[in-house]
Amino acid sequence: MKTYKTYADLPGAPIADVPTQEESTAGWRTSRPVLDPKNCSKCYICWKFCPDTAISVNDEGWPTIRYEHCKGCGICAAECPKECIVMEREV
Amino acid sequence: MTKVVMTGNYAQSYASKLARAQVVAAYPITPQTSIVEKIADFVASGEMETQYIKVESEHSAMQACISAAALGARSYTATSSQGLLLMHELLFWAAGQRAPIVMGIINRAVAPPWSIWTDHTDSMAQRDTGWIQYYCESNQEVLDTVLQAYKVAENPEIRLPAMVMEDAFYLSHTIEAVDVPPQGDVDAYIPLKRSPWLLDLEKPTRMGSFMGPDIYMEYRYLVAKAMEDSKKVIVEADEEYGRRFGRSYGGLLPTYRCDDADVVLLTIGTASCTAMEVVDELRKEGKKVGLARMRVFRPFPGEEIAKLASSVRAIGVVDRSWGFGHRGTMFTEVAGSIYRAKSRPLMKDYITGVGGRDITPQVLRDIYLDLLKAREGGDEMEWWGLRRPEKEVNRNA
Amino acid sequence: MPRFSIPEQELVNSGHVACPGCGGGLAIRYMLKALGPKTIVSIPACCWAITSGPFPRTALKVPTLDTAFEATGASISGLRAGLDALGMKDITVVGYAGDGGTADIGIQALSGMIERNTDAIYFMYDNEAYMNTGIQRSSATPFGAWTTTTPAEMDGTWKTEPKKSMMAIVVAHGIPYAATVSIGFPEDFVRKLEKAKGIKGPRFIHAFCPCPPGWKYSPENTIKLAKLGVNTNVFPLYEVENGVYKVTMKPSKPRPVKEYFGTQGRFKHLTDEMIAQMQERTDKTWNNLLALEAFSKEHPFCGL
Repeated sequence: MKTYKTYADLPGAPIADVPTQEESTAGWRTSRPVLDPKNCSKCYICWKFCPDTAISVNDEGWPTIRYEHCKGCGICAAECPKECIVMEREV
Repeated sequence: MTKVVMTGNYAQSYASKLARAQVVAAYPITPQTSIVEKIADFVASGEMETQYIKVESEHSAMQACISAAALGARSYTATSSQGLLLMHELLFWAAGQRAPIVMGIINRAVAPPWSIWTDHTDSMAQRDTGWIQYYCESNQEVLDTVLQAYKVAENPEIRLPAMVMEDAFYLSHTIEAVDVPPQGDVDAYIPLKRSPWLLDLEKPTRMGSFMGPDIYMEYRYLVAKAMEDSKKVIVEADEEYGRRFGRSYGGLLPTYRCDDADVVLLTIGTASCTAMEVVDELRKEGKKVGLARMRVFRPFPGEEIAKLASSVRAIGVVDRSWGFGHRGTMFTEVAGSIYRAKSRPLMKDYITGVGGRDITPQVLRDIYLDLLKAREGGDEMEWWGLRRPEKEVNRNA
Repeated sequence: MPRFSIPEQELVNSGHVACPGCGGGLAIRYMLKALGPKTIVSIPACCWAITSGPFPRTALKVPTLDTAFEATGASISGLRAGLDALGMKDITVVGYAGDGGTADIGIQALSGMIERNTDAIYFMYDNEAYMNTGIQRSSATPFGAWTTTTPAEMDGTWKTEPKKSMMAIVVAHGIPYAATVSIGFPEDFVRKLEKAKGIKGPRFIHAFCPCPPGWKYSPENTIKLAKLGVNTNVFPLYEVENGVYKVTMKPSKPRPVKEYFGTQGRFKHLTDEMIAQMQERTDKTWNNLLALEAFSKEHPFCGL
């Protein structure tokens, strides 16, 4: 997290340049999606519909959920045509 | 040296052409219209290479300039009265975003009732926005000041927008022979340079953002600091202009025969030239009077005022504007600047010329005489020349 | 090699503070996938103005300019003029504004921008109310909806005015390209944006973005709703290119609107009679749209 000790460190105009990537939204969740690759057909519908781009595809082509940025909205679980994703209560 | 006979409005147009303004977005309003018409002529004839956006409102005009300035394009716009008031929200934005826009303001009275004649209320009402404010008293000064304004606004330490004011009709529509400096010399004075805080494709950033209470105050302080620092830069820009082009205007507060003055009048805009004539006349009659012209109202020349105040017996402030609920706009600031002086002069606020009522030599002469008679405990403020309601209003009186 | 049906590159950062299941989040994600990295975005006051989170964070991988609420149309005109003045070519300028900032307070600037033939894209993400300030009604709020300013406590206090048709307004300006898109159909969304990118002049996109807190439904149903809105003909997908209408999705068996309204808490006060009225209105509008498609083939709308 960028910190500014004095006003002299601030850029003169309000210019924001730190990507939100550095912030975790994991604490927003009450349930987390868990993906079972057994029936996964790599259709990537889950990747496509995540509003937080928290699902990426690894080198083997399996969708992987990045939990530090998942807010637990449940869209991936609702849209997976093979029902590979289940929402598990965390809280 | 080319001398061109032109109005104050055309002086703005020529200045924006010399400054090579890259984006011009303006909306017509009397009495500013001939500025944008002349710029349209320049663009049509190819003399001016600018992206001229014929926006649908003044608010959009200011936003278009702010967005273009965010990319680093030199922007210019012009407006008056109602249009300036419509832009009010975005004036804060331009200053907060540190966009070095230069805007020509033709001071015009504010509605209702509709009036197209001059007074300074429209730009005085913008004094808190963070814009640098220049008030001009001749068409030549208008042209020169727009160029100086770019120099100050684009200074990397300052980067604040600036407005260059001229009185409606007295300057905007009257003709004067104006020296038009050569383009090459102007290019050397205000070259186009890119600043560090810009939207950049190489390094994607977000300009604007939102800030919590932990940091917002510091951002406002940065603007305040830039405003303070701009005093020095304004004076330097004026002096450099003098060296390069042979004309300079005395920095923030040019004075006339104030050195041994007993009383001094503080004026803004074209009333100043009239006042100089009156000063000469009264001096011939043995009265020790002087004149100070508020050329730059923001940042406020508090030190210069305090210095002037220490050597005179009385200061009269001629406010060609009104600020309801207290004294006139300029008076309050002047009084505030001499608050800590060891010896305070007598002060009186003369509100006159509002709505375009003519400030004739007679009016100023009477004001000077009134000021010379002023004593402690007298009226602090007078709406000078007010036609009393109890008297019949005679339009030709 | 993974096969993605839409471009792979992500230009939106994770970790932004949009609500879970935010429709607008998917809209901007698909929009930037289609437009690519050489894009500058102008965002007025709206949900997406604050989803970057506080300074010094930014949610987008492209340069972003925050502006005042009503100024998006003027801002993109200024950005385009600035880019032209600086000789910077091949950069897409897009204004990303909500329905409030487009159909209400921003409509003047939008109209001016189109009329001046500005070479920029105006993208309206429609969550059907002033969501950022807490779900107040806008002119894009549909008939019958609950909002905080149309509280539906009693008869007739829900929104009684129909949804303003921004598409009709921009087509009346003679715009070169306008299209409706829904986040439920990302391939169609991306195709239309890529098409828009290749056209010069003003372009307008109206995106259907369900909003969980505003429409009162559970966040996992966002895509379901985005699809249902289209499949019930409540939000038809069509494009208008140089005045010629083309309906891009024609549901062979449209679902009854009752299914669409039944899933959202903001419509829970609707009576059967009202739903019947709304079904009738939806059918009529759909048939009008098909008629417009047929008519405009012979008689393109050129700004009349």
